[in-house]
Parts: sequence; C-alpha cells; structure tokens
Amino acid sequence: MSLSGKDKAVVKNFWGKVAPKAAEIGGEALGRMLTAYPQTKTYFSHWADLSPGSAQVKKHGATIMAAVGDAVSKIDDLTGGLSTLSELHAFKLRVDPANFRILAHNLILCMAMFFPGDFTPEVHLSVDKFLQNVAFALSEKYR
Amino acid sequence: MVKWTELERSTVKAIWEKVDIDEIGPQIWARVLIVYPWTERYFGSFGDLFTITAILKNDKVAAHGKVVLKALDKAVNNMDNMKRTYADLSQLHFQKLEVDPDSFRLLADCITITIACKLKSALSPQSQAIWQKFLYAVVDAMSSQYR
Repeated sequence: MSLSGKDKAVVKNFWGKVAPKAAEIGGEALGRMLTAYPQTKTYFSHWADLSPGSAQVKKHGATIMAAVGDAVSKIDDLTGGLSTLSELHAFKLRVDPANFRILAHNLILCMAMFFPGDFTPEVHLSVDKFLQNVAFALSEKYR
Repeated sequence: MVKWTELERSTVKAIWEKVDIDEIGPQIWARVLIVYPWTERYFGSFGDLFTITAILKNDKVAAHGKVVLKALDKAVNNMDNMKRTYADLSQLHFQKLEVDPDSFRLLADCITITIACKLKSALSPQSQAIWQKFLYAVVDAMSSQYR
C-alpha cells in the first residue's frame, strides 16, 4: 500500500503539528506498548525500570519518535533513507517485525490522544499507511 | 475462559460508562471504513461509500456503528460468559455475513483509538492494557464459531 502524493502531504502537514510534542508522544507510546503488550518487554530486559514514565522509557521513546520524524523528511525514499536503521534492527537488535505493527498502533493511539481534533479518520489513514511503509523499510535488510 | 480481576472488571465498566454509544458508534464505524477500506466489501447496500466525505455523512454507517456498540454492551455485562453470549452473533458473521474475523481485530483497534481521542490521558496505560484485553476477548468470542 504505497504512499500517494496526498498521503505524503497529509503526513507532513500533521507532523508539523505533532513535532513540538514528539518526544512526549514517543515516551508515552513506548510505555503503553510495554504495558499493553508485555511480550515486547523481552527486548528490554537490560533496563532497570520498564514502567510507563520511567526515565529509560521516556528517553528511548523520544529517540524512536525522532527517527519517525526523520522518516517523514525522507518520505520519498524510505528504503534508502532508513537503510542504516534497517541494518541495526536486522543484524543487531533482531526485533521481530511483527512488533513494528504493535508499536505503530500505540504511536497512533498517542497521536490521537494528544491531537484529537487533528487526528481525523483521513489523517489516521495516511499516518497508518506511512507507519506501515516505515515498518517495511525497516524490515528491508532482514533476509 | 478468560479470568478477570476485580480491578479489570471495574476498569472496563468505568471506561464503558464514559462511552456515549450514539456519539462514538458512528465515529468508530466511519473510522474503520476509511482507514481499512477493504472492509467496505461487506456493505454493498450502504449506498455511497466512495469518498471520505460520503462515509462521514452516510446515515447507514452511523446507524450500524450504534448497532455494533450496543452489541458490545452485552460483553461488558457478561464478561465471564463471552463465548456463549456471542455464539449466535459469531455464527451469523461466519455463515451468513461471511466476514473475515481479522476485521474484528481492526474494529477493536479503532474502538480503542476513538475512545482514546475522547478520554485522552484519562485512559491511562494500565487502563488501555485492560481495555484491550477485554476487546481481544470479545474478538476471540466473535471468532469462536468460525470452524
């Protein structure tokens, strides 16, 4: 489900609104993912505190959201733009790609929560497609 | 059978009390059809679903959203008995309506997201986890007669 010109415009426009709260949204989304989908905790056993609001969760959530923001700027070539990140996830982190969908759900939920008026079904559609394409680009180097 | 703690029961009920079926039902249904357009395959009789604007204005979409949320009320009140509560509906969706049960999961996610829009941070991470456990139990019950 590739991104149309309209999808890209919608995502960029919405990201413009989200950007100031990106770090907060990322931290919130990661905390919710670890709480609602406990199987994802298996990737973070080296952290002391996996509860929502913990310093490590907030920091890593902010890192993830910064990468999503970077992906927005590379929306015309996600596979090329995310190639290094894909190698990291494939060879070092070895995160099962099924988890990208789980994280996407929580990112979407938090974006809806922080921007209920702006996160219309139309925006939801384009953002959902965008995150799916990001996940696809991240899985590129897996095999 | 899914086991529920007292905290889980009270959390689900507390969230459900804040849901206005007439307000949120139509929003949820429109969201499912817009974000996952292949679900339109089941609604050939609903008229104009060709544009986002048409879906948002469609009376049959709105009415169906309310029907579905009213059916969810049954789950809130029968948490210990979901498979039996939904046996007939599950059979209907399988045999007669021929709905792919994966759609139930898509619907569940849209319900949670729409409720999150409404409740915002009042839906804490722990509440979200409990609510999703509840919805996935409903999805399970709705898929139970597919065999």
